[in-house]
Amino acid sequence: MDEEKIERMDEQKKNRYDYKFIVNSIEQHAKVLDLGCGRGSLLKLLREKRQIEGRGIELVQGKVQKCIENGVSVVHGDLDEGLKHYKDKSFDYVIFNETIQVVKNSLLVLKEALRVGKKVIVSFPNFGHWQIRFSYFFSGMMPKSRSLPYEWYNTPNIRLLTVKDFRDVCRKNHIRIIKEVNYMNLNGRGTSVAIFPNLFASNSIFVVSK
Amino acid sequence: MTQKRSVGTVETQYFKIDKDMKLECGKKLGPITLAYETYGTLDKHKGNAVLIFHALSGDAHAAGYHKGEDKPGWWDTSIGPEKAFDTDKYFVICINVIGGCKGSTGPASIDPKTKKPYGIEFPILTIKDMIAAQKILIDHLGIKKLLAVSGGSMGGMQALQWAVTYPESIKLVIPIATAVRQSAMNVAFHEVGRRAIITDPNWSGGHYYGKKIPEHGLAVARMVGHITYLSDHSMREKFGRNLQDKDKLDFSFETEFQVEGYLRYQGDAFVKRFDANSYLYITKAIDYFDLTDNNTIPLEDVFAKSKAKFLVISFGADWLYTKEESVEIVRALQRNGIDVAYFNIESNYGHDAFLLDDEVQTSIIKNFLENNYG
Repeated sequence: MDEEKIERMDEQKKNRYDYKFIVNSIEQHAKVLDLGCGRGSLLKLLREKRQIEGRGIELVQGKVQKCIENGVSVVHGDLDEGLKHYKDKSFDYVIFNETIQVVKNSLLVLKEALRVGKKVIVSFPNFGHWQIRFSYFFSGMMPKSRSLPYEWYNTPNIRLLTVKDFRDVCRKNHIRIIKEVNYMNLNGRGTSVAIFPNLFASNSIFVVSK
Repeated sequence: MTQKRSVGTVETQYFKIDKDMKLECGKKLGPITLAYETYGTLDKHKGNAVLIFHALSGDAHAAGYHKGEDKPGWWDTSIGPEKAFDTDKYFVICINVIGGCKGSTGPASIDPKTKKPYGIEFPILTIKDMIAAQKILIDHLGIKKLLAVSGGSMGGMQALQWAVTYPESIKLVIPIATAVRQSAMNVAFHEVGRRAIITDPNWSGGHYYGKKIPEHGLAVARMVGHITYLSDHSMREKFGRNLQDKDKLDFSFETEFQVEGYLRYQGDAFVKRFDANSYLYITKAIDYFDLTDNNTIPLEDVFAKSKAKFLVISFGADWLYTKEESVEIVRALQRNGIDVAYFNIESNYGHDAFLLDDEVQTSIIKNFLENNYG
């Protein structure tokens, strides 16, 4: 995907279902750490709507530069190097907005997030969605969708997961699921999916804690 | 890139501190003169002052041109109208450090007791001493709170020390290509430079003023130093194995390669503008720099009182003050919940990259200041 296309997608984010859900989940003046904060658009939105005190971590230089333009306090770095330097419970919320599937040590980073944050919000594209299952079944090639538009050789998504997978990892690691929303992502707008979410939801957002 | 405007013709000003200053080494120094320059206008609330610190070989002349000179100040790429430190908005101050040789009191100054140059009777200085003198001038200018402090290398050390010593007096801190303490490797390079000066017969125990100066020693010190400011990549790109004004090798000890000629030129040029004893004193001050006071204060407690907001910048190919050392600053700040942004600029140039006209550096400093001003 080219830079321009990414920019355009970024702009649309403001009206995105996940952004609205995250904004609605967070209280006024909360302390928020956004892992893989991209261009800082979510933190900026949270600052405008919720007057939060935000921090971000981002790996890509161009995005870090945009964060600073947006007045977002961002640290240029790799999540796989961990969050050791943050004290326990130093944030009200730690956010993985479509980040959990791009890091190498997903579980380790998730556990670290649960240590430094009182609550953790995880959003990810659901790999169990029927279109993906069908696409793989019939084409025999790595599936693509609106949420997962990459080729196998350039995808940043190296730890793809399904709604069930996430529930399972929570159960096995004694992570409490506070809230869960599964939805169908359609041109930025979303419709929540209540029946068979692992099959019908293209995206999911979980609010979890230890 | 569009041609940026300059602050124009500038003049160095002088400020005299009549009282003796007690130094970290226990000795006293006084009276003290500070050479400084300012650019832009101080607003009526005195809330737009930015203090810039120079590095080892720098001086108060950070931007613009001295009358009759065609070479601008050392950070003219970053200070000026619409530049990173926008002089249309901010009042920028740069002070020559004590121990220096560009107008502030240093080893070449006259000792009022002996009426002769101090030489090595000049007391040993630290970064803390340098900033204590600067604070007196900032107070004199009536500035209660600096909008920002910034500098690269030793300038970054001063910025960090200001944040630690005067936490109430700063809003923003921008340390560039620096560290919480001087590393063993960097002490080692400095020691080579100092030995080159001290073993030069002309050094004469530091009392060479009015006589032949230790030019060979100082030139070698600068050559060593200059290598550490470059990177393998920048030297390959700039010189490769190109020969100096010749087509084939001479098989002699004369200058064969361009890189040798370049270093010799840098060494010789430096001798004309810098005092050897100042080089000794300033490198010493850098080597003593350690925010943890030799591990007597845990690093995570160092910034405990700081209320400033930080923007830490490093350069990928800087092997003198590495990216990891900047990350160490960032982590210490994060442990204290301090608002910090960190940027590692991918650059092929080495330590002196911060002095170049780097678009990314300009953009992030400019945006960081604008977003936090007013």
